[in-house]
Amino acid sequence: MANKQLKKMTPVQQEYQALAKKHEPPRPLLLNCIKAFFVGGLICIVGQAIQDIYTKSLKIPINNAATATVATMILLSVILTSIGIYDKLGQWAGAGSAVPVTGFANSMASAAIEHRSEGFVLGVGGQMFKLAGSVIVFGTVAAIIVAALHLLFNPNLSGG
Amino acid sequence: MTQYIWAFIIGGLICVIGQIMMDGFKLTPAHTMATLVVLGAITDGLGLYEPLIKFAGAGATIPITSFGNSLVHGAMQELKESGWVGLMTGVFKLTSAGITAAIFFSFFAALFVKPKG
Repeated sequence: MANKQLKKMTPVQQEYQALAKKHEPPRPLLLNCIKAFFVGGLICIVGQAIQDIYTKSLKIPINNAATATVATMILLSVILTSIGIYDKLGQWAGAGSAVPVTGFANSMASAAIEHRSEGFVLGVGGQMFKLAGSVIVFGTVAAIIVAALHLLFNPNLSGG
Repeated sequence: MTQYIWAFIIGGLICVIGQIMMDGFKLTPAHTMATLVVLGAITDGLGLYEPLIKFAGAGATIPITSFGNSLVHGAMQELKESGWVGLMTGVFKLTSAGITAAIFFSFFAALFVKPKG
């Protein structure tokens, strides 16, 4: 893909690309990974604490408690996005705040807020899944293929 | 207490995988998330995600990989109960709460919050 693009360019453009690449600041991979590890881990600890409150104090069965925990984390994320904190966290933590489910909610809430000026139907309704949509599309396609493969290799699974 | 330590470590490690994909392989965040969801679905297909959840709790259920896991799980559950149609009716069974919550809360955020700039 990148090579194809490169071939279409004039020699001057190619020279510029090489120059730009040389001066691109190296990404501090290790530091970013440490940040992502700590923030991602902390978000999971918060999730674990919420889940423990649901299972131990409110005596909700574990499956429902896990679902309720995800919904609660999403609500927290949307609130933090609304007051502008989550996006600041995202700039610092990178994947640490993007990979947890809170990042999924953040991408939806920030897209909804950002496109509000285009109206509620075309802006909020149409653009909300701008980033989250790819997660749902690829997740669904992969899940159906995986489940179908299971059925093919384990035909007795169905109905049993 | 050990549950919290493992939640921190496993959850953190999944985020590090995402960070390496973004920085090391120069993927966009959208590509990273889509890849992680597919990885979660495949891991569940191999039967490895449930043990990880038992072991790490929220460390495995909070990262987006668990979304792929839940999609497969819902599809399989319905597949067992109602056959091939279950593939279609079951996919969003377990993730419905998460998606619904995200849509609903995001809509209200857009109602009440003014965009910056």
